[in-house]
Amino acid sequence: MVSSNTELAYQSQIEGGIIVSKADAVVNWIRTNSIWPMPMGLACCAIELMAVGNGRFDISRFGAEVMRFSPRQSDCMIVAGSVTYKMAPQVRRIYDQMMAPKWVIAMGACASSGGMYRSYAHMQGVDRILPVDVYISGCPPRPEAIIDAIIKLQAKIKTERAASNLFKASA
Amino acid sequence: MTAPADAAAQIKARFPQVTDRASSDHPAVNVPVADLVAVLTALRDEHGFDHLADLTAIDWTEGVSPRFTVVYHVYSSARGDYVRVATDCADDAEPAVPSVVSLWPGANWHERECYDMFGIKFTGHPDLRRILMWDGYPGWPLRKDFPLAGVETPLPDPEIYEETSTPVIPAPMMGGPFVASPGEINLTEAEPRAKDESWNERVEKPKN
Repeated sequence: MVSSNTELAYQSQIEGGIIVSKADAVVNWIRTNSIWPMPMGLACCAIELMAVGNGRFDISRFGAEVMRFSPRQSDCMIVAGSVTYKMAPQVRRIYDQMMAPKWVIAMGACASSGGMYRSYAHMQGVDRILPVDVYISGCPPRPEAIIDAIIKLQAKIKTERAASNLFKASA
Repeated sequence: MTAPADAAAQIKARFPQVTDRASSDHPAVNVPVADLVAVLTALRDEHGFDHLADLTAIDWTEGVSPRFTVVYHVYSSARGDYVRVATDCADDAEPAVPSVVSLWPGANWHERECYDMFGIKFTGHPDLRRILMWDGYPGWPLRKDFPLAGVETPLPDPEIYEETSTPVIPAPMMGGPFVASPGEINLTEAEPRAKDESWNERVEKPKN
């Protein structure tokens, strides 16, 4: 910060107004508490995903209530439902349109592993085309499980070397 | 107004090639493929079957001739009854039947689905494309010779296939899918948990 203040001694006026921290911690703190999910609702899991946004479960307590239906405004894709091979390229294309940093939650049995669809038409786990960060079990998962996944994802984001990646000179 | 049995009898009287078909519910007739459109037109215009309730096909497995049978269920909304019409496809390798989109516009997507799943051509269809699988998918999934797990093929989008290099793979069959054997009353024993499906995308299906 550019300042005309050349005085380096202790000042009682600004006490409590300054926090010393690491850039990593600050950036991760910001990212952790404002995850904007991209609801990739493909089947019945999407209904539970809607429930988790409502007042009863209230995902906004964890800063992740801003569901954006545009990939360009969101940073966490929640793949909620069964991914058929016909739909898979579109899912990947939407993921490619999201801006980094971005994360993926595979919600439910179908998105995680193909679930009960042992079928010629169904992708056996969305992790074959997307880098999944958190898997949620269940068919469909309870809203509490989605909150748990958000908390797990927050714990993961807190361990990232965000600032060093941010200021890294691109090759 | 005629009852469905009367309608079937009148159709048989008018078209001598039409024969009775075994049925446990509605009146059913076998129709040669050449008479199909004439019979269905008569059912619609003269007997009040104004709704095509279902259009599907049967694959009687390879080696059986005729191999493919297309089945039509027509429904009368005035009386609330059905007649079933079945026709055998003449060619076992390249099955084809005339389209009935001109009779019931609702047949359009039924015929596309039937084409998609069985590879039966509906001649005269205005837009005969696959409806569930994508264009270029190899094989006809509901034919008896199509493997249950599927076949390996690139993803529908070549760009995404290049980016992810993830092909469509046969689904692992361990512990599923839930195809019960006919005749087994005990459902637990009828489950296919470890029958002949103990193979997956890495282990080749045992030959026997």
